[in-house]
Amino acid sequence: MNLAEQLPVLPVIIPLVAAPITLLLPQGRAPHLWATLISWLTFAASIALVRMVNDTGLISYHLGDWAPPLGIEYRIDLANALVLALVSGIASVVFAFAYRSVRVEVDPRQSTFFYCAMLICLTGLMGVTITGDAFNVFVFLEISSLSTYALIAMGANRDRRALTSSFNYLVMGTIGATFFVIGIGLLYQATGTLNMADLHDRLAGQSNRMVEAGFAFIVVGIGLKLAMFPLHLWLPNAYTYAPSAVSAFIAATATKVAVYVLIRFFYSVFGFDFAFVGHAFTYVLLPLGLAGMFIASLVALFQDDVKRMLAYSSVAQIGYMLLGLSFATVEGLTASLVHVLNHALMKGALFMAVACVVFRTGSHSLQAFAGLAKRMPVTTWAFILSGLSLIGVPLTVGFISKWYLLTAAFAAGHGYAAFLIVASSLIALVYIGRVAEMMLLREPPSEGPYAIPLKEAPLSMLIPMWVLVAANVYFGVRTDLTGDLATRAAEALMLAAGGAP
Amino acid sequence: MISPGLAIPLALWVPLLGCLAIWLLDKSPNLREAATLITGVILFALTVTIFMAVSEGHRPGFQVLEVIDGLPIAFQAEPLGALFAVIASGLWLVNSVYSIGYMRSNNEQHQTRFYMSFAVAISAAIGVAFAANLFTLFIFYEVLTLSTFPLVTHKGDEKARRGGRIYLGVLMATSIGLLLPAIVWTYVIAGTTDFMPGGLLAQHVDAAGPLVGILLGLYAFGIGKAALMPAHPWLPNAMVAPTPVSAFLHAVAVVKAGVFAILKIVIYIFGIESLHDTGASVPFMWIAAGSILLASAIAMNQDNLKARLAYSTVSQLSYITLGAMLATSMGVMGGAMQIAAHALGKMTLFMCAGAIYVAHHKTLISEMRGLGRVMPFTFGAFFLGAMSIVGLPPMAGSWPKFFLMLGAADAGQLAIIVVLIISSILNVVYLLSIPVQAFYMNPADGDVKPQGAGGAFIDWGALKEAPILCIAPPMFTAAGVIALFFFIDPLYRFLLPLIGGG
Repeated sequence: MNLAEQLPVLPVIIPLVAAPITLLLPQGRAPHLWATLISWLTFAASIALVRMVNDTGLISYHLGDWAPPLGIEYRIDLANALVLALVSGIASVVFAFAYRSVRVEVDPRQSTFFYCAMLICLTGLMGVTITGDAFNVFVFLEISSLSTYALIAMGANRDRRALTSSFNYLVMGTIGATFFVIGIGLLYQATGTLNMADLHDRLAGQSNRMVEAGFAFIVVGIGLKLAMFPLHLWLPNAYTYAPSAVSAFIAATATKVAVYVLIRFFYSVFGFDFAFVGHAFTYVLLPLGLAGMFIASLVALFQDDVKRMLAYSSVAQIGYMLLGLSFATVEGLTASLVHVLNHALMKGALFMAVACVVFRTGSHSLQAFAGLAKRMPVTTWAFILSGLSLIGVPLTVGFISKWYLLTAAFAAGHGYAAFLIVASSLIALVYIGRVAEMMLLREPPSEGPYAIPLKEAPLSMLIPMWVLVAANVYFGVRTDLTGDLATRAAEALMLAAGGAP
Repeated sequence: MISPGLAIPLALWVPLLGCLAIWLLDKSPNLREAATLITGVILFALTVTIFMAVSEGHRPGFQVLEVIDGLPIAFQAEPLGALFAVIASGLWLVNSVYSIGYMRSNNEQHQTRFYMSFAVAISAAIGVAFAANLFTLFIFYEVLTLSTFPLVTHKGDEKARRGGRIYLGVLMATSIGLLLPAIVWTYVIAGTTDFMPGGLLAQHVDAAGPLVGILLGLYAFGIGKAALMPAHPWLPNAMVAPTPVSAFLHAVAVVKAGVFAILKIVIYIFGIESLHDTGASVPFMWIAAGSILLASAIAMNQDNLKARLAYSTVSQLSYITLGAMLATSMGVMGGAMQIAAHALGKMTLFMCAGAIYVAHHKTLISEMRGLGRVMPFTFGAFFLGAMSIVGLPPMAGSWPKFFLMLGAADAGQLAIIVVLIISSILNVVYLLSIPVQAFYMNPADGDVKPQGAGGAFIDWGALKEAPILCIAPPMFTAAGVIALFFFIDPLYRFLLPLIGGG
């Protein structure tokens, strides 16, 4: 047994084993350092995995050496290798960032539990992404969700509304998980298997009520998890009242993983033989994606709380991903995958910038941002650069996303969608512009609750934040890591799904 | 001697290094301004080098990196871009001298930020000038918008914020909402966005088909900087900026980047002949003609001098769009010459407006009666600039009108000639009347005493002029307007490759 053979399991095993160990550590700095170290190791393992998949192609790892379809299989192709790298990469930045932010926002007695829950959440997200077993997806989805409920509730130290938000999310998330598992159950009844590849083979040609119902349950269940408009109601409050570091982490990862699961089920489990997939694209994803893009953006426009504004913006951005998917072309799928990666980079950076503001002013209301350019210029510029990325200004990842999406829209003959995409980016221009104007052109208040002395956020927060901002620019000019790999991943997925519907 | 191939990247980097130097020299204004001027001189030398190389038939260029397949960040010099770069860098130098006089006399705040933004803006303008494809052009187009935003909102009061909001709103909305889809569409049709002699889309006429007109419309309105009505409101609103900003950016760099892009897209993306054959540009020719007349009509009702000049700019920019949309060789030639002629003329007018404000704190035209007698140099320069805008010989501005009329005749659009004539008459009314009133009429209230910061001005008996740094630059550009009239033949021959000659 050598390490290389066991590599595929490491991204899940490392954080899973490390999480309970966190509880044994003394309070203070240690849990944070431990969690950060673990996230870095996980990231390293994921990067190694991406390279391995890139070199050798699909990896199938049999857990405990039980052969699939009976045993659990980890099945890694380019698509999920990329998402694994993304989730662990964001984790390694956010965990490093979290220490000071968590110290002011979370009850100190809970800080050990906090890092433990973060690691469990990471485990869950990695597991969902890596596994090739449909039921295993459910298990890991619940691991990540349950830890997220706890993490959001920890925001109660600063604002009691975190408790109701968390409970709200718990109810909605559990409904989603229940739907999902019902769907899996129906598929199991129809086929007698839970392995995704096996499901795909056995579902071929089957098109009866039971499979159709299973499909519908799965789509709605995941739709709840990924906050597909109009199933997004849990998201704004959850992101707003969670501790800032948690917002940054889950906004950049949790919904992205759910989008990945949706892609996986559409392409690798059902495939285009199954007529329902085509219908779902045309009649569900396309209209809901477009509606989400506009309605959520418009709602974001009227938010006086920057975190809530960013949360609604996330719902809108998920609309872009669903839209790209609904084109049912390689270009569209590529655009969705690229946007999954890119949106994580920009939203992560934006939420981290807000975390820095919360750290100094204690508030994420728009008023707290007045004149910020004079007091926290480094944070201000991080926010503005990532904001420009969100709008889609060239030389940022946002532009790359827009480019892929627009090309896909034109190539798929959905020219009107291209104009709707840019129209919705213009709404983003307005809501980001509101905050930017507040920061750049207002005078800092000299009295009142936000009159704080001139002081930048600590370096331990600034450096990780700027790593993400730099990534926004770097991947905005170099697309060989994101675009090219995503294109190949999309081609592979499309091939497995049996070409266009 | 620097090779032209190296001069392009240097021309992009030198202003950015200048920006850094300006930032480092924040504490000593004299050194800081020296940094601006030295940067300006070096940049001008570089663009002239490129200009000379292009005139000898070279097309220097280089590629930075390929972002997506068929989508590199790449630069290449060609006649139109070389001309725009020389104008922009040359007038930046003139304007920097003027800025020193203006900003110091008015005791403006945040001067370091002011000069830094200027340096970034000029770098972006150079990037636009030498862009080898639409993608690169788009990048620098957006950088230009963003870098000039701090200049527009320089004063930081509510009015400046409102102006800035409209400025950024219109320019970003048009560029992201219309220009970006147009570029992507072009890319989907052609697989690349490179500028090609003869027209990139001309080779894909079948793929574009009847939609060519729509695509052209996306470009015409998407390039908001060309201020084709109704995409013009940002320009009058940008007048809240200090006058050097209006003079250079909103008469030269920013607006010319817009019309330059339109010309370039018509020549190198659509192809003049292909447009002429399909007739897709005719509706936009009429929109441009309407924009010329309508903006002139609005300008007549403006009592604020800068607002009047702004609407005059909207009108004059549409001449260039009109020249492009005529889709004839002479129309394009007229448009290209108008870039040079209007830049010199309008900048003179704006700098004069600033000089009047510095010396007498007057912004309304109705208050300027009789002011010519105390400011003969300023109003003399204004008179020459206005003559050029109207299109009277021996001023440079007469040539573009001449070529545009030729182009209109070639295209068989005689009504356009009438539009041009009416527009010139309107120009006489609303531009020439200003110096005429200033020289011949008596002051309305008999009070023309300087009210600005005392001691900074030339005050010889009846002569009460702005500081020398504020009046020398407009006089210099006014002289340039006359000189260009006589040097039009070399310029014509330089631009010939644009229309397939040379």
